Amino acid sequence: MSIELINISKTYNGSDFILSDISVKIATGEFFAIVGPSGCGKSTLLRMIAGLIPISNGQLKIDDKDVTNLPPQERALTMVFQNYALFPFLNVKDNVAFGLKARKMNSSEINTRVNHALELVNLTDFSERKPGELSGGQRQRVALARAIASDAKICLMDEPLSNLDAQLRNKMRSEIRELQQKLGLTLIYVTHDQVEAMTMADRIMVLNDAKAQQIDSASNIYDTPSNTFVASFFGTPQMNLLPIILKENKQPSDVETNLKFSITNSLKAGNYLVGVRPNALAIDEVSSKTNAIVTNIEYLGTHSIVHAQLDNSLELRIEVSSTRNLSTTERVSVSVTGNHYIFSEDGQKLLNTNGGYTDGNASQEPQLQHSI
Amino acid sequence: METQAKNPNFNIASKKKKSAELSLGYNPYAKDKLYAVLFLGPSLLILALFVFYPMLRTIYLSFFLTNNLGKPTVFVGLKNYFALFSSNAYINSLIATLVYVIAVSIFTIAIGLVLAQAATKKVAGINFFRTIFSATMGVSVSVAAIFWLFIFNPSVGLLSQLFTALNLTPINWLTEPGWAMTAIVISTVWMNLGFTFLIFFGALQSVPYTLYEAAQIEGVSKSYQFFHITLPMISPTIFFVSIITLIESFKSFGLIDLMTAGGPNNATNLLVYRIYQDAFLNGNYGLASTESVILAVIIALFTFIQFKVLEKRVTY
Repeated sequence: MSIELINISKTYNGSDFILSDISVKIATGEFFAIVGPSGCGKSTLLRMIAGLIPISNGQLKIDDKDVTNLPPQERALTMVFQNYALFPFLNVKDNVAFGLKARKMNSSEINTRVNHALELVNLTDFSERKPGELSGGQRQRVALARAIASDAKICLMDEPLSNLDAQLRNKMRSEIRELQQKLGLTLIYVTHDQVEAMTMADRIMVLNDAKAQQIDSASNIYDTPSNTFVASFFGTPQMNLLPIILKENKQPSDVETNLKFSITNSLKAGNYLVGVRPNALAIDEVSSKTNAIVTNIEYLGTHSIVHAQLDNSLELRIEVSSTRNLSTTERVSVSVTGNHYIFSEDGQKLLNTNGGYTDGNASQEPQLQHSI
Repeated sequence: METQAKNPNFNIASKKKKSAELSLGYNPYAKDKLYAVLFLGPSLLILALFVFYPMLRTIYLSFFLTNNLGKPTVFVGLKNYFALFSSNAYINSLIATLVYVIAVSIFTIAIGLVLAQAATKKVAGINFFRTIFSATMGVSVSVAAIFWLFIFNPSVGLLSQLFTALNLTPINWLTEPGWAMTAIVISTVWMNLGFTFLIFFGALQSVPYTLYEAAQIEGVSKSYQFFHITLPMISPTIFFVSIITLIESFKSFGLIDLMTAGGPNNATNLLVYRIYQDAFLNGNYGLASTESVILAVIIALFTFIQFKVLEKRVTY
């Protein structure tokens, strides 16, 4: 079943909008992630889709039918909660069967559905246990089984993995993805974790400041982030964002005297932000022309994150192979080796990747080489 | 250099000391025990003086006849007990007490739960109602008794005036046996409500909201939610409140003394009030002690049954 959000807004007092003009069409069978920092309204949006809180403005359609004002049960969807919302006084089986029993379904049908759901999440052996006797991962699966048993084709998940430890989270990530595909669910998945969103979702909506910042596939979001918020939210370690001043007479700016960028000259003189991912920077420790000092090194196994301070005191994060022999306070030469992005000064708009314009302008070639 | 030279000596000395202590049967926990006695001592003393001794003394006295100073005179064995159980007045008292206790417990819990559930609604002015509902916690028994005496007063009372206004015959609340019990039950329930409301309200607030959201999405009706989510979730609290209420109402004294003094015709002469009368009005301390022992046994029995029955229903 497809879901369409048309200019959906939420306000509690009529003037301050927690969400404004959110529009997206989610296709049948799509895994759609809503990601954003805490407090950005992502759970509110999910609860509006679920019908648990009213939609202030806009329209919600499920399979082209307007459901904006329908109660939750008439929207034919199911939801998995962050704290799982299991009933501690019922055993696993009864927890899964709760909604079905309340709807007075006949007991043989309930049994088949419950058993089928428990089989899918590998909990058949635990059906008599109370939630208190299960591990976190197993409780999570009971919640999934309950969603499966309801047989709804739309499933909403509100940070379902955030209470699990890192290892289990990785495992459940692929399990949820497999289940979603096996059952052909249209899944809306709310998370604050960009890795979860990128690894699981077909498309991602990045939410911040009450607005959808970007709606796209993971790779598009990573490659062409629409603004600095998206750019720094996706990718670990975070993208470096440096203020840069382009001058009329093509004199290199302060940053550029230290770090070399290639920038198309179609940009007007003015202030910009340049974004460089840590893996698009390189360190040369033997070069005699140094421009930075190493301040800290985070060892991460295959690679290390080097924190370096440019001579104009801007901080950079640089990803290097951990076999490199660097030490703090060492003077090095840092250079740009990969993609970089030019954003407008307020960070709201991506103007340029180093391949050329993103806004459809003809100019493709980097025409000016700024250097030290 | 100096310290290095000193250190080994020091170690040897301390080792020697330790082994000497061990060989002398030194108990490293002796000090802990001393502390334990010191800390527990004061409360143990107070409990012994004001609880354990009176308890044992009561049991002892229940086997005696006493003079009116409370001194035991003649040992009568179990005769006090036989006398009580063959006395119609006592049996009536026992039945009245059971009726009172059960009625008070049921109404306190039911009404307290309804008020608490109502107070969870987010409507304007709800804080005012929450305060009002819990207000009886701050009312003393004497004030409550006067308040209810006004309401129940056959000539100027609020209820009588209401009945008259509705063209009904006013009820003599405190002078007709059946109605006197009703009046006492109503006042006691009213007194209990503040505490019960607060406890239930707290319990309801602690039920995770997502449980209701999960139910809502499944299309579960409000009443089904109440009986299949709310009640089981707060069952430990209901259990707690029911035991407290039961024990408290077995021990009710103030309202009865002030409103009916056990009357009319002993209709509200509950066990505790009878103990008071026998001991302090009739000077029959032996018999009163016997009644106290019986009351204690009854309360213990009821609590035990409650534990057994409700434990099965409080399942998490």
